[in-house]
Amino acid sequence: MDTAFFLRWIAAVTERVRADRDHLTDLDRAIGDADHGANLDRGFTAVEEALAAKPPETPSAVLTTTGTTLIRKVGGASGPLYGTLFRTLGRAVGEVPEVSQEALAEAFAQALAAVMKLGSAQEGDKTMIDALAPAVPELRTSFDAAARAALDGARATTPMRARKGRASYLGDRSIGHQDPGATSTALVIDALRAA
Amino acid sequence: MKKLINAVGDVVPDTLRGMAAAHPSLRVDVENRIVLRAAGPTPGKVGLVSGGGSGHEPLHAGFVGYGMLDAACPGEIFTSPVPDQMIEATKAVDGGAGVLHIVKNYTGDVLNFEMAAELCAEEGAHVVSVLVDDDVAVQDSTYTAGRRGTGATLFVEKMAGALAEQGAPLEAVAAMARTVDARSRSFGVAFSACTVPAAGKPTFDLGPDEIELGIGIHGEPGRSRERFREAREIVRVAMDAIDADLPFSGDVLVMVNGMGATPLMELYVAYGEVDAYLREKGATATRCLVGDYVTSLDMAGFSITTCLLDAELTSLWDHPVETPALRWGR
Repeated sequence: MDTAFFLRWIAAVTERVRADRDHLTDLDRAIGDADHGANLDRGFTAVEEALAAKPPETPSAVLTTTGTTLIRKVGGASGPLYGTLFRTLGRAVGEVPEVSQEALAEAFAQALAAVMKLGSAQEGDKTMIDALAPAVPELRTSFDAAARAALDGARATTPMRARKGRASYLGDRSIGHQDPGATSTALVIDALRAA
Repeated sequence: MKKLINAVGDVVPDTLRGMAAAHPSLRVDVENRIVLRAAGPTPGKVGLVSGGGSGHEPLHAGFVGYGMLDAACPGEIFTSPVPDQMIEATKAVDGGAGVLHIVKNYTGDVLNFEMAAELCAEEGAHVVSVLVDDDVAVQDSTYTAGRRGTGATLFVEKMAGALAEQGAPLEAVAAMARTVDARSRSFGVAFSACTVPAAGKPTFDLGPDEIELGIGIHGEPGRSRERFREAREIVRVAMDAIDADLPFSGDVLVMVNGMGATPLMELYVAYGEVDAYLREKGATATRCLVGDYVTSLDMAGFSITTCLLDAELTSLWDHPVETPALRWGR
């Protein structure tokens, strides 16, 4: 997978976030503060601009620019969390012209660990980790398998009681709603198939 | 949605432009979203920086000035600011004695301030962060992101700000901020949800006979929904929750805070009940604020924040302050 692949991936994520903006915000209205779609859309629009302004020359540069831009532009919890995800991917793939499936899977494993550490979240806390964690091992097999695992993981957050983030303040009332962060993470993984 | 705005996307910059026009004592960087004292940093004084999502006005920008903050970083509505803002603000207010970051305990604020503090430290700045987590409605931190930072943020900014103005070193100012937080508790109640301009509809739905107990300040729902009842009873629910967590005694600083769409008249009704409640418990409300200080856009409802005072805290509260939203003694 070369630089063009990673640019296509980020473009696909940007498009999906824009298309699902209102859906993500609606999920966030139920158990958060109704801004998840708007924030990610703002962030990835800025990423689109940053990548166009200074076209990156390596896969690592695409990922690092994406992460840094998200940290600088999004705010909230999703800015640092998604920013850290992409920056860790960028660091982990190294300065190479092409990234193997194996190397990408390994980079995702590191990114998962970094996001879990930053958010001090575990699987089952009803966060983006619930979509990311099951997808990571599947990346070694195929993007299709990873996308399926992420979507299943996101759906599985519905009966969970939130233990992290703003939804946690609701206690039992967070049960019965799909987590917006897990939903957007599934969308990010699913976009790999379109790249 | 009827809101006195020009365009949904311009609410935050338009607010900042208005604040700049109204308050020459502030230097407002609309582009980078930083509000500073026009006079610049005070040499030898610890700088105080706070910030958070917009929509809580006058918090935080309204508390920039003598005796309180040196800088505020407003984010998008209900979304924490980004590290770039905090880093710029920290540099701008560093008078050589270090900088205190006052952070409300919400995941977004915590993460962004954490990243900013790390980057500031890498550049050699002396930064200490304190977390405000006063909301008793969040009970079990094992199963939540921990108690939210709400009304006590104002108390921390005021009293730590006074101590900094008196020339205390960074560690002492940080310790005072933690002391104020430890002695403060809040509880919020909503009568109606607020409407985030970008969303265009209320963040949750409340029936005509319902109230939401234990709300935070970002339009998120609270812990439970109950039937509407008279002021005396609603105040009692809030005060019982605070008292059960940190029993009232001695001198108490009380803030009865409007969430944005509650008449001042009703806030005074509530304050009268709070005052009576404290007497019943053998405590005395010796200092108070009644009004809109830590709001949640157009939410109807109120919050009560209390702080158990001693002589030192009382004197820090009484220390002169001159900001757009809080001023006395000067």
